[in-house]
Amino acid sequence: MKGALRARRPAGDGAGAPVPPASARTALAPRWLSGLKLALFVAGLLPLARLVLGGTHGWFGGLGTNPVELVTRSTGTWALVFLCASLAVTPLRRLSGWNPLIRLRRMLGLFAFFYGVLHLVTYVWFDQWFDVGAIVADVIRRPFITMGFLAFVLMVPLAATSTDTMVRRLGRAWGRLHRLVYLVAIAAVLHYWWHKAGKNDYSEVGWYAALVALLLGWRLVDRWRSRR
Amino acid sequence: MLIRSTPRHEPLPSEITPRRVWQARRRLVQAAAAAGLAGAAAGSLQAQTGRPELRLQSRPGPFGTMERPTPYKDVTTYNNFYEFGLDKDDPVKHAGRMKTRPWTLAVEGAVNKPQTFDIEALLKLAPMEDRIYRMRCVEGWSMVIPWVGYPLAELVRQVEPTGNARYIEFVTLADPKQMPGLRASVIAWPYTEGLRMDEANHPLTLLTFGLYGEILPNQNGAPVRLVVPWKYGFKSIKSLVKIRFVEKEPVTSWVRSAPQEYGFYSNVNPEVSHPRWSQATERRIGEDGFLTRKRPTLMFNGYAEQVASLYAGMDLKRFF
Repeated sequence: MKGALRARRPAGDGAGAPVPPASARTALAPRWLSGLKLALFVAGLLPLARLVLGGTHGWFGGLGTNPVELVTRSTGTWALVFLCASLAVTPLRRLSGWNPLIRLRRMLGLFAFFYGVLHLVTYVWFDQWFDVGAIVADVIRRPFITMGFLAFVLMVPLAATSTDTMVRRLGRAWGRLHRLVYLVAIAAVLHYWWHKAGKNDYSEVGWYAALVALLLGWRLVDRWRSRR
Repeated sequence: MLIRSTPRHEPLPSEITPRRVWQARRRLVQAAAAAGLAGAAAGSLQAQTGRPELRLQSRPGPFGTMERPTPYKDVTTYNNFYEFGLDKDDPVKHAGRMKTRPWTLAVEGAVNKPQTFDIEALLKLAPMEDRIYRMRCVEGWSMVIPWVGYPLAELVRQVEPTGNARYIEFVTLADPKQMPGLRASVIAWPYTEGLRMDEANHPLTLLTFGLYGEILPNQNGAPVRLVVPWKYGFKSIKSLVKIRFVEKEPVTSWVRSAPQEYGFYSNVNPEVSHPRWSQATERRIGEDGFLTRKRPTLMFNGYAEQVASLYAGMDLKRFF
């Protein structure tokens, strides 16, 4: 199975690797893998559970003095965390040789999109209260919001083509399309970076920027090596 | 033709208030009474910690808003005081180690009577007043805070500014031993702010020693701070150690680190956006959130009647 996956990976770009058809995968999937997926699914919902239970029952210390701000920041941070995790799959798989990791990538990516949607909804609903004029003005005039919006828009086609059917139908184009995730990551980091720019407070966003730089840099180096 | 007449002593069916309606009215009246009591409690500024030694003697002052004061817990746990860290709960966690006694405030520069005030003398310099002010943070949230203090003008009068005194520069304590946040180079330390002389002498400008009837908690800028309610919150500098009367416009910490984002005046102005967000609306802490939308921000934070004349003829977009 490892051999089969490795053989299908096009040289130089692991992120664009097509995934084998569903039938083949279910046949090959060991039992523990479905357990791991379930665990990841539950873990991925924990940040949301924390917000919901914090808001309704005051658990985990509630949502603090400015709940809308806390929810906005939490959902944005988790979108970035899952984005980084999905980008880490290929390097980790290649470095460790542990190929089943690829089976978790789609869920990680979809969780990034899920928290991105919650982040956007929090802004559009609870921050702007559907004031379309104000939202459009924000997106056009404020670079940090432009970047956040761009990151979200670019994730939409990726989420929409995440099904087995779409992977099959798009073939090689699927891999090319999904390279958009690199732009998503850059836009997301810029969104966060510029948000923090006023206070020169880069302590947290700096780590994400470094991580994304590492994950994308690894791909550049990998590609350069395989060309030689 | 049948004409139905109603006996005069009986009310028309249309006149009878349905049960549902009068019950709702009663609930409304009860709620209003309860709110009135709560308002009265806030008005009398009852002790929040239950520690009588923290009480400040004060009398009701002018300019009070009738809006509901923000709960004491929110006022004292959601703070920007970067000397103690960048997160809103850093000040309440770390400001406890700041020593507020002994404490002195040095007044220097273009004055006839430069002097260093001991905090105890400063507390007795003028009668304390309760001032319930709106506080609008540049970040887009706001509170209503019952402060205790007296007009800064009282202090200014005592030191007799000379003709060269056109601005006042204010400086916060900067002691790395007591303030862990100073390790981060967020802005230029010590935190420095400034006011034009007429702004400093305006009766709204409060030299502040307490909130909710008690001496200031450390995280709120103990033992003495400024409150300038028509300007964004960061102008209301905390834990003052120095006041300098100067001729030229002081370079404030925020102007030094981000001049494109923060101006010297920083008057609350819904029409002048911050480069990274609009200032047209604000979220009142404890009130606006998931259930109610943000409220419109008022020009000069609602104090236009008192202060608009200070800026007559000025382009407030340019002098933001």
